[in-house]
Amino acid sequence: MTRKIRRRVAVVGAGMSLFMRRALETGRELSYYAAQQALESAGVRLKDIEAVTMATAPDAFDGVHMKGEWLLDGAGGTRKPYLRAYVGGGSGVFSLISGWTLVASGLFDLVLVVAEEKMSSCQPHPQGAFLTIFDHTIERPLGPNLLWIFSLEQQRYMQTYGIRNEDIALVSVKNKRNALDHPAAQVAANLTVADVLASEVVAWPVHRLMVSPVSDGAAAIVLAADSIAQRLTDKPIWVQGVGWALDTSYWGNRDLSYPRYVEVAAKMAYEMAGLTEPRKQIHIAEPYDPFAYKELHHLEGLQLADRGKAPEDLAAGRFDRTGELPTCPSGGLMGVGNPIAAAGLMKVCELFWQLRGEAGARQVPGTPERGVAQAWGDLMQIGTVAVLGVH
Amino acid sequence: MSDRVAIVGAGTTPPRPLSPDQSFREMTFAAAARAYEDAGVSHRDIDSFISVCEDFHEGTSITDEYVPDQLGAVLRPVQTIAGDGIQGIATAFMLIRSGIADVVAVEAHAKSSNILRHDEVLAMGLDPVYERPLGVNPHYVAAMEMRRYLHDSGRTDTAVADVVVENRRRALGNPIAPYGAVLTAADVLAAALVSEPLRASMISAYADGAVVLVLASEERAEAALRPVWIRGIGWSSDTSALSMRDWATATYAALATAMAYQMAGIERPADELAFAEVDDTYAHKQLQHLDAARLTAPGGEPLVPVNRSGGSLGMGYCYDASALYRTAEAVRQIRGEAGRNQVPGATTGLVLSWRGVPTQTGGALVLGDH
Repeated sequence: MTRKIRRRVAVVGAGMSLFMRRALETGRELSYYAAQQALESAGVRLKDIEAVTMATAPDAFDGVHMKGEWLLDGAGGTRKPYLRAYVGGGSGVFSLISGWTLVASGLFDLVLVVAEEKMSSCQPHPQGAFLTIFDHTIERPLGPNLLWIFSLEQQRYMQTYGIRNEDIALVSVKNKRNALDHPAAQVAANLTVADVLASEVVAWPVHRLMVSPVSDGAAAIVLAADSIAQRLTDKPIWVQGVGWALDTSYWGNRDLSYPRYVEVAAKMAYEMAGLTEPRKQIHIAEPYDPFAYKELHHLEGLQLADRGKAPEDLAAGRFDRTGELPTCPSGGLMGVGNPIAAAGLMKVCELFWQLRGEAGARQVPGTPERGVAQAWGDLMQIGTVAVLGVH
Repeated sequence: MSDRVAIVGAGTTPPRPLSPDQSFREMTFAAAARAYEDAGVSHRDIDSFISVCEDFHEGTSITDEYVPDQLGAVLRPVQTIAGDGIQGIATAFMLIRSGIADVVAVEAHAKSSNILRHDEVLAMGLDPVYERPLGVNPHYVAAMEMRRYLHDSGRTDTAVADVVVENRRRALGNPIAPYGAVLTAADVLAAALVSEPLRASMISAYADGAVVLVLASEERAEAALRPVWIRGIGWSSDTSALSMRDWATATYAALATAMAYQMAGIERPADELAFAEVDDTYAHKQLQHLDAARLTAPGGEPLVPVNRSGGSLGMGYCYDASALYRTAEAVRQIRGEAGRNQVPGATTGLVLSWRGVPTQTGGALVLGDH
């Protein structure tokens, strides 16, 4: 790519609903709460918003066809240019990229980005909806679910690098503890590695406390073009780089020990952000952690840890909130919860609050200037990466 | 750096009612190969990829999983727009304008023949609490709208039937259209009622097919043989709730065309456009959409040639891919490749799309030869 990015885009407001197992509110209402907070924090009204993007994962959760259309009035999209960009579990971070595209193109100056998920509508359990994500001929007859395929991936990761389950359980301990400071968290807890490994095995080697919960929730941000952002706030958080990459559908043909698609996406985002030494230049990371091992796996794909070495860094305290590179200071999906698309945008919200010094009890020490948020989805297939910073 | 974006390649598979010999992947591959060839690019020259699809049409959740291989897009930036084809084109347009990509491919496909019960899929788009329990054929939404539209506009159902007659006749001159026919208005009005006043003959029949378009920045488009420029683009959504809508007018289409006209600098669309490819999923929608696009004369006649391709009534309805078929047909018009259906001097045209029942989402595209 030879061209230069047309204009700078900043996050100027963020909001989110509580994350919970079973919300009484509808998807439209959850979207409204998050959108309303984001607008309020940006100091703008819905009528100032020129376009809306929406992220929400499979229609099968709600059993509503064209779910984006159904949610649009809750998200403030009525009679506006409205867009639902969709990359499975990667949609939450991708919604920022989609919103960035609208503003960076010069078509719009002020855009609302909403991410919503209501998984509890799916009875008896949303894993049922995931049965329909697999290839109808090759895979579905085997009756796979997500726990099943991610346990394969975790197994491959452990096998390749000689990693023990204790090393991975430590992610659950860290993130659930970090989440104790998050007012919207669903499954915050103070646990030990022994507690995690004492929880039941759901698909070996994955224990129940190594999996993020089923959640309902929504998150939202407001994006503004350069000049507008400077007028709205003294502390705009700039979108410095974005990247995304989708690997082949044939996941059975890939080496699952390393997420190449995250590496490709990260390099795209780092190049756009002008980062040459991400480990020094990135001060906070919000890698996607729907399963405990995924945080470590993704930190390696993000080039923030050596391959197979993230567990050692974790054990040494490098990723603690007070460590050299705090990861998931929010509490992540393991602690705050995992309403799929909303969980990804929650990570962007966390960077917004951390970089503005507004994260309260979760605030990482020092004055972090740059963070990275990442999400992942489809058939262990897509990486979506955004670099945000104060400059 | 220029802001101009062109469509430099278009590839389609001919829409057809059944396609048991091809999977959607094979169909998409064929359309992509034709589009890349037309644009003179290889998949490696394409910076970003967009697929337009919806889970329930595919029978697969998170259906964007199955997009990359047949486009040559493995480990590349790929995103899915769960929306209208023109929303996919708009995303490509914005990626290029933002500077993050120079060449972008947009793909949409429909394997309608895999859907056993179209009515049930349509009904899943209705609100599960307030609307779906009525349990009636979801085409009733279009029928209520048609009734209101005819009442407010003073049109008759014969005017609606004439749309069917004209589009199916035009389809005879379009080599890719499978639903060409010579009919009379009486034939159309003799068809079975689906939901009064809507008759089966007024609903576009389903088809299978795939379309891929390649868009490029001005720098890259100059190397292309036959670029067709995107002069304006717009899209808009209104609520999908039945209780909240304006049944007589297509507000989304008015907003979308207004946005596209403004970008294109078009003030008098009837004078400045040479033709229009307009959504006709239901025959009355063509009339309603032309009104919204300010292309209807006071007497009710269209002010420009409309749907020379045969529209969806003639080419078949391919869900969100229909917008890309309309766009590909508009590209052929502007390139002067439309054969028997060519509009003389077709230098500027409008494409207007709609996502179908129960949505109020549509897109507008103004294309030109310069």
